[in-house]
Amino acid sequence: MDLHYTKDQDAFRAEARAFLEANVPSGLPPLDSPEGFPLHLEWEHTLFDAGWAVVDWPEEYGGRNCSLLEWLIFEEEYYRAGGPQRATQNGIFLLGPTLLHFGTDEQKSRLLRKIARGDELWCQGWSEPGAGSDLASLTSYAERVEGGWKLYGQKTWTTRGTFSDKSFGLWRTDPDSQRHKGLTYFLVDLHGEGVQVRPIHKLDGDEGFAEVFYDGAFVPDRDVLGEVGRGWYVAMATTGPERGLTLRSPGRFTAMAERLRALARERRDVCDEGMRERVARHWMEAEAYRQVGLWTETRIRRGEDPGAESSLMKLHWSELDIAIHETALDLLGGEAETAVANGEWMKGYLFGLANPIWGGTSEIQRNIVAERILGLPRK
Amino acid sequence: MEFGFSEDQRLFQQTVADLLANECPHEAVAEAWKTESGQVPGLWEKLGELGILGATVPEASGGLGLDEVDLVLLLEESGRRACPEPIATVAGIAAPLLAEVGGDVATQWLPRIAAGEARVAVGLAGDRYVADAAAADLLLLQHGDELHALAPGDVRLEAKPSVDGARRIYDVTWTPTPASCIAAGTEGAAIARRAFDRGAWAAAAQLVGLASELLDMSVEYAKGRVQFGQPIGAFQAVKHHLANAKTRLEFARVPTYYASNSLAHDLPSRALDVSTAKALASDAAHLCFRTALQCHGAIAYTYEYPAHMWMKRVLVLERLHGDASWHRQRAARLLLDAPVPSDGATR
Repeated sequence: MDLHYTKDQDAFRAEARAFLEANVPSGLPPLDSPEGFPLHLEWEHTLFDAGWAVVDWPEEYGGRNCSLLEWLIFEEEYYRAGGPQRATQNGIFLLGPTLLHFGTDEQKSRLLRKIARGDELWCQGWSEPGAGSDLASLTSYAERVEGGWKLYGQKTWTTRGTFSDKSFGLWRTDPDSQRHKGLTYFLVDLHGEGVQVRPIHKLDGDEGFAEVFYDGAFVPDRDVLGEVGRGWYVAMATTGPERGLTLRSPGRFTAMAERLRALARERRDVCDEGMRERVARHWMEAEAYRQVGLWTETRIRRGEDPGAESSLMKLHWSELDIAIHETALDLLGGEAETAVANGEWMKGYLFGLANPIWGGTSEIQRNIVAERILGLPRK
Repeated sequence: MEFGFSEDQRLFQQTVADLLANECPHEAVAEAWKTESGQVPGLWEKLGELGILGATVPEASGGLGLDEVDLVLLLEESGRRACPEPIATVAGIAAPLLAEVGGDVATQWLPRIAAGEARVAVGLAGDRYVADAAAADLLLLQHGDELHALAPGDVRLEAKPSVDGARRIYDVTWTPTPASCIAAGTEGAAIARRAFDRGAWAAAAQLVGLASELLDMSVEYAKGRVQFGQPIGAFQAVKHHLANAKTRLEFARVPTYYASNSLAHDLPSRALDVSTAKALASDAAHLCFRTALQCHGAIAYTYEYPAHMWMKRVLVLERLHGDASWHRQRAARLLLDAPVPSDGATR
């Protein structure tokens, strides 16, 4: 056991810190708002042009070839410096890794740099009105046509759909298939014909959601990701990492716990022993996630596959996020009601309340832990 | 960055696990409940032969010269088997304390600890009772900033009942004298603080082991017990109880390993890391105990089934060397009340 970073890793951290401290924008309007979105995209361009947008990607796609450990370091520094939520997150954390794994060379060279720079914004096309937790019951379908496919059906709860240029998701391509079989992973242009996007205001008031209607939208063959009919397996590779370290990195929560600590120090007068214990508890739970991140990184480097353990992480941080915000709101007292501007605690609370629902609800995660880690019977 | 154990460390863990599986099955723990000593006959000697008792004794004194990172997995195994022998006290607290004090008392006792010939009891400032004091050859007791070494004949013991029937605990009445004092002043206080942190960490390691076993027992039971025509482990209500317990446990296990490293190198973050480990391990083990009882149903509410001995050890250790609340309060002092000495505020 050696818990030191190397000199190179320390230097990497220092370089990231210097860039971020000098460049992170402050006081941006919300990401999911018409006025805020372009400003967040500008920040993504700045990050990419300086080589910090996707540090763990290969250099040819704008990355730095960084290891998972260096990525964890970058994330710590990003949130420590007060960096905003990543506008490109669906592209860089979900689609990007899937493209790197399943994409053709043509797809990779055509798409990855634009994803990383935020030149093309991508949203997910999974949930449907009748298919939420039970995603395999989806009914959207595609018909074979000359040179490609025509897509039909409705996708919903599409995060950032209003602002996105393209969508990735699953459509049934074999009408006789059931459940996980006969699905295909498509990359769809949202600005083309046969697509209609309707914004939906989320709990925090922003237009962060959309429902997307497909009525014969054309997708050329080159925008099928992976094999036709094998979409479920490609999609599982997309939703795998999002449940663990990568979509909500430990650095995000250690920075959040530090913000709470600063608030508690400011509000010493309302901080009784019970409140102090709550602050300490959250700080410990964030620190525990940081430690689990390092523990997991070593295991991956040793060739182990943490697999379903990503569900343990999502369960942990889903509740931690909410608990930190609730304690902060209690510290704010009467002022909590008005802390609704971007970056303030009420706004963050409403945003975080989505955690136990998206990306596999906490109930689905508990089923995964019970069945795949503990080995309990499915039926 | 290498946050994991070496093959040697895992091998030592496996050796201890095998020994305890053979020599300390739950029947032996149940037997220890009934005897005056609370010991498993012959086990102390076997642990001595294996080297675990002298694990943290310096090599020059006949020990293995290992540190907390080497020891944590062994303490976890002793918890997993609800081993009643005071490995944590002797190897976790007493040996490092004596090595830090040095001098005659260390020269005299460390080789005997390493040889498995000496049982040592420890009573620190926050401990209400002293465990295994009657069987001890040496008592290490804290008095303010002073540490004292006493022979059994120099103290008066009053036995107290424990909810954990394998524990033998005592009220110890004693008088500190200059002759019994082995460390004092700033140095004595610093050694006592480190000893306290080792105690809290060693309790956390055992709690992680106890909780792992309680969870494993519950999973096995839930797979085999059939009601309404299916194993109860197929019901989501049961699955989710067990999944919640598993989640908390893994987020306590890793901090317990992490704190081992902070103790081994006496890092500035030691107190905070130990408090993180002990608070999370106490809460996680408590949840695993409640979950185990609920998922087993009536059978675990009896003396006919071994789980009750694990549950009672949890009830003791979650409170020993500071309960979760105490450790959160100490962490709050460190996090919110600067400037505070970083190696831990005094009680």
